[in-house]
Parts: sequence; structure tokens; C-alpha cells
Amino acid sequence: MPDSLPADSVGVVAPQTLHFDTPIELACGQALDSYDLVIETYGQLNADASNAVLICHALSGHHHAAGYHSADERKPGWWDSCIGPGKPIDTNRFFVVSLNNLGGCHGSTGPNSTNPATGKPYGPDFPVVTVGDWVKSQALLADRLGIQCWAAVVGGSLGGMQALQWSLDYPERLKHSVVIASTPRLTAQNIAFNEVARQAITSDREFHDGRYYDFDVVPRRGLMLARMVGHITYLSDASMGEKFGRELRDQAYKFGYDAEFQVESYLRYQGERFSETFDANTYLLMTKALDYFDPAYDYGGDLARALAEARCEFLVLSFSTDWRFTPARSEELVNAMIAARRKVSYSEIDAPWGHDAFLIPTPRYTDIFTAYMDRVAREVGQ
Amino acid sequence: MRPDLEIIQQWIQPGHHILDLGCGDGTLLDYLQRERGASGFGLEINPEHITTCMSRGVPVIEQNLDTQGLGNFDDGSFDTVLMTQALQAVRRPDRVLDEMLRVGRDGIVTFPNFAHWRLRWGLALSGRMPESEALPYKWYNTPNIRLCTFKDFEALCRQKGIRIKSRRVVDGQHQNSWLARLWPNLLGEIAIYRITREIEE
Repeated sequence: MPDSLPADSVGVVAPQTLHFDTPIELACGQALDSYDLVIETYGQLNADASNAVLICHALSGHHHAAGYHSADERKPGWWDSCIGPGKPIDTNRFFVVSLNNLGGCHGSTGPNSTNPATGKPYGPDFPVVTVGDWVKSQALLADRLGIQCWAAVVGGSLGGMQALQWSLDYPERLKHSVVIASTPRLTAQNIAFNEVARQAITSDREFHDGRYYDFDVVPRRGLMLARMVGHITYLSDASMGEKFGRELRDQAYKFGYDAEFQVESYLRYQGERFSETFDANTYLLMTKALDYFDPAYDYGGDLARALAEARCEFLVLSFSTDWRFTPARSEELVNAMIAARRKVSYSEIDAPWGHDAFLIPTPRYTDIFTAYMDRVAREVGQ
Repeated sequence: MRPDLEIIQQWIQPGHHILDLGCGDGTLLDYLQRERGASGFGLEINPEHITTCMSRGVPVIEQNLDTQGLGNFDDGSFDTVLMTQALQAVRRPDRVLDEMLRVGRDGIVTFPNFAHWRLRWGLALSGRMPESEALPYKWYNTPNIRLCTFKDFEALCRQKGIRIKSRRVVDGQHQNSWLARLWPNLLGEIAIYRITREIEE
């Protein structure tokens, strides 16, 4: 945390754990009898509970979206650039709810939680959850918080998929769905990258078929490789070029296989750090949730028919250099919304940062996001 | 409200689904949504305009007519396709007209008349490219790359088999003066055409 708190920060925040005792049926056919969801909230819920905004996280995200947990925390929450007083998701006007999804590894029930049936961590026995399952659990969370209808459900990447799924599964329970840097379904190439990541994890000798907790080890190398390959898909050629170019750590080539180029040591560092804080089974589960996501599937592949269920208004944003979920994928979604006569606004934002651009507050992105959310706030009298 | 927009809104029925090509800051669509119960989208490429549309709740799609066309819209999916003061700024107005009447039943087009007497007079007298209130740019920086006269436009419609359902001609203040009605191609500054491919009832 900086020495003095910036005026547009939500400040020091504390997560809370909510326990759910009613079993939740999952898409895979299994159920969880009880589970925890860890959440953070920012801002004040108004008297008629109409100003609530749900933040849905992406693959490696969690409930800590904004502010600092303590004065010692080096970096703020993962979407602090967009959540806070005067920011696009203005906490002076909105009551913001952010959670760690089921299957996560940051406090909500997931593969590294204790399975009440065995007294040991779930590991591979934790059911594979889907985007639809998450949305279902988020609806139960809304019930618990006394929120009948979200002013908006907002997310980037995998989070955007949840925002979209909300509009189909609970059309009356949200006014706006904000889908950023996302896609209505993964392409073969997207799934291929996920499969490389999964193979990296499952082929690690320390993986032990997902029961590594029992051996007191972590498949660190596999998780590191998975993160490295994932990380490449989050950046653009141009942004990597600008950041690292062909820069060497030392002056000359060493004709060996150590990390010589800066980009190599950066990826290794990112991978290593990630492998220390993230759970390998959760990573597998999250990539599966991505692969399975396809709301048009039940409608013969016709996304417009799926969207006929939706009642909310949509904001869809893409980024020019995002090659993980390209602008063309967002446009596919927008065109289906147009065909279904849903109210949608769309902009492709020119930004050099690739997929990660949704986390970076470039002026154009901030302007559009602010303008849209300002109207959402005005609609609910904030 | 601008008098040309006033004229246009009279042609929109409640519940109509509308596409506004080059919707600007969304003034017209906003009005049609709120006052006429219409629905629809605006297409725009100007960043400030897009932001304003989003802020006022007008559904706006960032889409460039020149490079992206209207291929993402289904045949006959709109009651009316609007294009106010943008026809002269696209690269192929003829193709845009075709596309307008493919995706919409009716089209409403407004554009400045390059045969207005003041422009004719200016060119004849000074020998320089004319400028006016409706056309305030220099020849080298104007977005208006396909200027035409009312007669030109009507000839193109005839050639394409497009039927002109109605035409209103207004002056620079968007007033519908009797003089402009009498001698439109000389005295009218802006025309508002309502066009269709449907056979006359």
C-alpha cells in the first residue's frame, strides 16, 4: 500500500466468509451439500437494494478486486483500476460485491478445501463446475445479501462469460450485463492452449493424480508451465516487444539454456510466483469451465435464440490487440444480440496490451466504461 | 428539436425497429426511443459520439460503414434505416443505399444539396471550392467526399429502382420554406428523402 491512500481507493477492506447449508446441484450431476463463498463488498447498499453491482472474476482471479487488505499489502485488488470512488464502477454510488467462485483456491470451497465425507482435501473429487453453476451460486449469494436485482453484473474474460450467463439464466435479476474481452464460446485454438496447460500440470511428477495434498507436495513445475503458456496468450506481440524486445539479462549470448532473454526470466518469474499461490486442481477446473462454456449449445448452436431469454441491456467491449478472445468473438456475440433485438452497445477499444487490456485503465476504455456505468447509476437513482 | 429531425420523427411509428447509420451523439434515436416508443441501434465511429450515446442510453455499435458494411444485419430486420447527413461521407453511397434497403423496409436519407444557389454562386464567382454552413470544410480536409445534388440523388434512385415515398427540402436553418419547395435543386440546402423498394400500395 502506498504511504498515503489515494483518494480514489476503497481503502482497507476485509473479506468475509458466508456459509451455505442448502445443497447446490451442479451441471455435472453431482451436488455440494454445503459450501463457503468468500466475498468482499465496497460501497453502501441503498434502501431499496437497487444499486448492487456483481463483479465476476476471470481464470486466476478472486474476491479481492479492490483496495488493500492491510497497510503491508504491496498491490491493491486485481481490478482496483476500475473499482473505487470516482472510478468507472463508482463505489460512492454502487454497492459492489466481489466473490471467489466455487472451485477457487482463495477461501471459497474448492479442491483444496476439506471434503466433509473423508476429512481430507477434495482434490480430484471436487466436481467440475461450470459457468452456469457459478451463476447459480452467485444468485444464492444475492439472495443472502438481500439483492433481488443487480444494477449490473460485470466481468472480463471468464468473468464476462458469467455476466452473459446471468442474462440467460436469471433474466429478471439484472438490469445490465457488461461483457468485457470475452467470447460466447472458446475456439479450438483456445481449448488447445488450455489443454497444454492441463497437460503441464497433470504430467508433473508431484501431481499424484490430483492428491498432492496427501503427499505434502505441490506440482509446482507443472503449474508454472501452465501459467507461462497462459500468460503468453494474455499479452500481445507488440506489448511483449515493447516490454522486453530481444533484451538480454547480460551483455552477450552464453550459448546455453538458462534464461538469457529478459522475456524468459519474466515468464519464469511470473510462473514461479503463481505456482506458490495458486492451486493446481483449481487451475484445471477453471480451464474446463472455460472450455465447456457455450450458451448456444442448448439452442442448436444458435446464440441469438439463446439470447431471446435475456431482458437486460448489454455493454460489450473488446480490445484491438486481444488475440485470445479477439474483437471478432465479441462481434459474434453482439451480432447475435442484434439479431435477438436485445439492447446492446459495443466498442472495440484500441489498446496495445492484448487480452490483459481489460485490467489496464487506458483513457478510451475508462471513458466508455464510466459513461455506461454512470447511466446505470442514474437509472437506479444514484 | 432540429426541424429535420422533427420531420423524420413523424415517419416513425410506435414500436418501429430502427437502425441509424452515423447516429452521431444519439439525439434522434434517444428521442425516438423515449417519445415514439421505437427501438433499435445506432452505428457510429466517432469516439466522443459513442461515449455520449452510451451515457444517454442509446444502444450504439462501433462499426465503420466503409470498411465493415452492414453484412452483420439480417435482411428486412428493421422497419426503417436512417442516415442523416452521412451519405456524402461514405465511400460508396450507391452500395450503402442498396444495403439500407436490404436490411430495412424504408430508408430515410438526408444530405446537403451541392446545387444550392449559394454554392453555385460561390464557385462561379470565386473559382474556389464552395463552403457553407452545411458544408463548413476545406476541400482537403472535408469528410464529405461524395457530394451530390438533389437531381443526382434522384437519378441514382431511378437507376436503382428505388421509389421515393416523400421528399422534404429545407434551408440552412432547416426551415421548410415555400421558395425551397418551389425550386428545390436551386434553393434547397438540405433534403430529407424517404425511400423504399416496396411496390406502391
